[in-house]
Amino acid sequence: MKGLSVENLSVEIAAGGRLLKPVDDVSFSIGADECVALLGESGCGKSITALALMRLLPEGARVAAGRVSLQGEALFDLPEAAMGEVRGGRLAMIFQEPQTSLNPVMTVAEQINEALAAHRKLRGDAALAEAGRLLEAVGLERDRLTAYPFQLSGGQRQRALIAMMLAGEPEVLIADEPTTALDVTVQAQILALLRDLQRQRGMGLLLITHDLDVAKDMADRVAVMYAGQIVEWASRDSLYAQPRHPYTEKLFAVLPRLERRGERLDSLPGRVPPPDARVAGCRFAERCPAVFARCREEAPAFHEAAPGHFARCHLAEPQTSRPDAAWRNPGSAREPSRIPPAPASGLQSEVLSVRDLAVHFPVRKGLLRRTVDHFKAVDGVSLAIKAGETLALVGESGCGKSTLARAILRLLEPTRGEVRVAGEAIGGLSGEALRRKRAEMQIVFQDPFSSLNPRMRIGEILEEGMAALLPLAAPARRARITQLLDQVGLPLDAAGRYPHEFSGGQRQRVAIARALAVQPKLLILDEPTSALDVSVQAQILNLLAELQAEYGLAYLFITHNLPVVGYLAQRVAVMRAGRIVEEGAAETLLTAPRHEYTRLLLDSAPGRGR
Amino acid sequence: MIKPILLWSDVLILVLLWSVAALVWLARENGQMSETLRGPWRQVMRSRVGASTALILAVYVGIGLLDSVHYVERLPDTPGQAAQYGGEVYSALDWVLTPLRENVEKTYSAPFATHLYAKETLQGPVGGEVRDFPRLKYGGAHLADVEREFWPDVLKRGGLGMLAGLLAWFMGYRLTGRSSLSPVPPPGGGGDGGATFALSPTLLFLCLLAGLLVALAPVYHVFGTDKVGQDVLYLSLKSIRTGLLIGSLTTLVMLPFALGLGIAAGYFGGRIDDVIQYLYTTLNSIPGVLLIAAAVLVVQVQIEAHAELFNTAAARSDVRLLALCGILGVTGWTGLARLLRAEALKLRELEFVMAARAFGVSHGRILLRHLLPNVMHLVLITVVLDFSGLVLAEAVLSYVGVGVDPGMISFGNMINGARLELAREPVVWWQLAAAFVFMFVLVLAANLFADQVRDALDPKSSARK
Repeated sequence: MKGLSVENLSVEIAAGGRLLKPVDDVSFSIGADECVALLGESGCGKSITALALMRLLPEGARVAAGRVSLQGEALFDLPEAAMGEVRGGRLAMIFQEPQTSLNPVMTVAEQINEALAAHRKLRGDAALAEAGRLLEAVGLERDRLTAYPFQLSGGQRQRALIAMMLAGEPEVLIADEPTTALDVTVQAQILALLRDLQRQRGMGLLLITHDLDVAKDMADRVAVMYAGQIVEWASRDSLYAQPRHPYTEKLFAVLPRLERRGERLDSLPGRVPPPDARVAGCRFAERCPAVFARCREEAPAFHEAAPGHFARCHLAEPQTSRPDAAWRNPGSAREPSRIPPAPASGLQSEVLSVRDLAVHFPVRKGLLRRTVDHFKAVDGVSLAIKAGETLALVGESGCGKSTLARAILRLLEPTRGEVRVAGEAIGGLSGEALRRKRAEMQIVFQDPFSSLNPRMRIGEILEEGMAALLPLAAPARRARITQLLDQVGLPLDAAGRYPHEFSGGQRQRVAIARALAVQPKLLILDEPTSALDVSVQAQILNLLAELQAEYGLAYLFITHNLPVVGYLAQRVAVMRAGRIVEEGAAETLLTAPRHEYTRLLLDSAPGRGR
Repeated sequence: MIKPILLWSDVLILVLLWSVAALVWLARENGQMSETLRGPWRQVMRSRVGASTALILAVYVGIGLLDSVHYVERLPDTPGQAAQYGGEVYSALDWVLTPLRENVEKTYSAPFATHLYAKETLQGPVGGEVRDFPRLKYGGAHLADVEREFWPDVLKRGGLGMLAGLLAWFMGYRLTGRSSLSPVPPPGGGGDGGATFALSPTLLFLCLLAGLLVALAPVYHVFGTDKVGQDVLYLSLKSIRTGLLIGSLTTLVMLPFALGLGIAAGYFGGRIDDVIQYLYTTLNSIPGVLLIAAAVLVVQVQIEAHAELFNTAAARSDVRLLALCGILGVTGWTGLARLLRAEALKLRELEFVMAARAFGVSHGRILLRHLLPNVMHLVLITVVLDFSGLVLAEAVLSYVGVGVDPGMISFGNMINGARLELAREPVVWWQLAAAFVFMFVLVLAANLFADQVRDALDPKSSARK
């Protein structure tokens, strides 16, 4: 038996008297020379599965049942010393965060040599030569051997980490979200590198990802995980041609695309059952559009719906069909509900206009901290947004888009240029006038976890802006909080609770409500969905679209996610190194880009097939 | 006749008490505000450890407060003159502990000893001189035949004392705790039932201990006596006030510096950060003991110069204690400030601070509402750890000779006095042991209590319960 096979793997965590089962009866196999994608949203148990394979489960978690064999050798039966040989040798793993997975005080060569000494008994010059060969294999220069991690970019670090993992000549490589922290263009490079290495070396590759498009590009077979179970297991072509499990179908349906502009995105109601819930029937039953009585009583088995295509669903059972079998009839294709366009009346007024804005940071050196140079984070940017319009600002990390947002809000003082909000230049404002102007422009941040003060209740968070900017008495403010919570779809008792009691998506709703509290005309959205799962992303995007239609808000939507841009934005500005390189209507820019950088971005986006 | 006296430290304690009372009163007011203030404390008192340690701390604070009610005694009237008062300042605790205070032996004696620690030349029963251990004047003086009567007497008195303690506990328990005892504790182990359950063993233990001490201490030296024959138990109890004062006053002096400067440095950055960093680096690079010694000496000189203001020995040593707290506080904020600066540096980049700034919330409010609550856990841990450090620092400083007044009863002076005697054979261990036990219980209780408070103030952990 070649490759890695996992049979009936279950993991248990004993926490506070409760027994959690984050991984329940998971089976799949990776052939030699095959790439398998383990696909699922956050919290579905895919990383725990990988750690269980490596026998690196955290304290408190243990493998309750199951067998894992690598080339026929049962890994769970090995003594720890022998497992140490396997780990990093025949079975290697690369992690998500290239920042933290390399030791910052060791050079690249030292870290690769560690692996070489441990698994191949190479030392001295032989090790150095081999390390050099490995670096070249992952597309780095040989002279990077002497570099420290901080001297490398994110992509280079991930390459160095891959080189380190290749040092043991693994038979199977596990890659846990290897590109999530990277930019699109770098992601494309790393994925291409992984694919090439896998083919050249005949490795098995287990790619853990939440991105349907990445899985489509990379995998030969795909396992879809939901609430600790594999719900669908099929070859890539079969899965992407026709998903058999309602959950997988939903995952496809919630993806924003250019073609879905103006539609309300399909959404996945409810939440994943917690890992300690005892579900009698199907775990997806509460959220399933095709649910029927049997789903709640009997847990579905893993049926082979088509040759080699398995799904954990009663509907996939060959002889059963749902009593009212019309739900998946292609003839009655659901007409997607549309979100009404923003009222046309306000369309002419320009809410934001930015002219030649620049933010330069001084670079200081020496004992006296003299300014020797300037770092031009934003270097002469001009843009304009009308009421009810969305302008997407696209660019990779470090291109200056967040700095631009902060400069527009005057959280940073621009070096030169002019920002006008609702026709009034805010550069010269100060004191009371500036404070009043702040009510007209607000921001929603990327990370829903750090954007809410953990020590303040939701009510206090929402009230803060009103107290600072609006002339409202306390009862009026409280009434408005209730109204806001209702608008963003949160329960009314949320006001008395703390942020940590809410999920990422709900927190993002709070952040949106907080910004709306002061009745702004312009909302800057700084990657508001990039930390969220796709199903939650769809809800947030729907909410944003509805709010825009209702209030005629102008959005400056900062993102690196091109499908979202296509779905939401009317106009797109592409930013690179502090300048806007191309700007235009979304349809034309995304289909017929003129600038080569825009083309590169579009080509790098995953999901276009190999 | 007595006349009450207010020392400067008493005034400070009164102010402190008054502000705590005001806070409690605020928390008693109705409305949402009070719930945010009251909730965490209720949670602390509900937890087993929280309630027990709070009780122990309350005993310490109670002794300290009792020791802060000062008076002087009126001397016997001489006709034709205004009333004269003695120069000796006593406290309510002294009054309670009168037997302990007055039962002064000649020199060292071990705990429960009936004989002195050192041999003396005595008149033999048949005339002539013998070198032997003399009987104590007070310790076990009521026993005619020490050999035979000692153990029965100790057991009888101890047993009676513990019985009285048990009775007192039971009475108190019936009066206050019955309502919360009877119902079945709510499922999950939380709730009020758990607290009473936790409180009563601690209370029982304290009652038994008190009964034991009340029964035995007047006739035996439970912790022995020190070099000049003073009862060590009395010294230990008197030291509590000094320890609490040094711990809490120093912290009060230090906190505004540490909080204000530390958070401001991290949040504002730039020039302000430079100045504050410069300040604490400079302060840190001056050897602390030197600075303290200099400051204490200056205070000493000032006291001498204004002798009319400090007319009693107690007033003088009191001012010296305050000065010590002040100087320890002024030099001691740098560590915490540096910690808070680093934390504020991290927090100010977080997006909720950005969001607040986008609302135009003033810097002061951001510091108060967004940064301060998020560094409170650090403050609490540091302060409690520092508290034990400060009590010890006092001991070290007494050793150098710049600590509290040598005449003042403090743990530091007790340890300092015991230090040399450790080399004796047999060892004089009880002084050190008593100071150790009292400090250990205090610091441990404070630490555990602070842990509970920190957990209760953290919204995440309160949800777990």
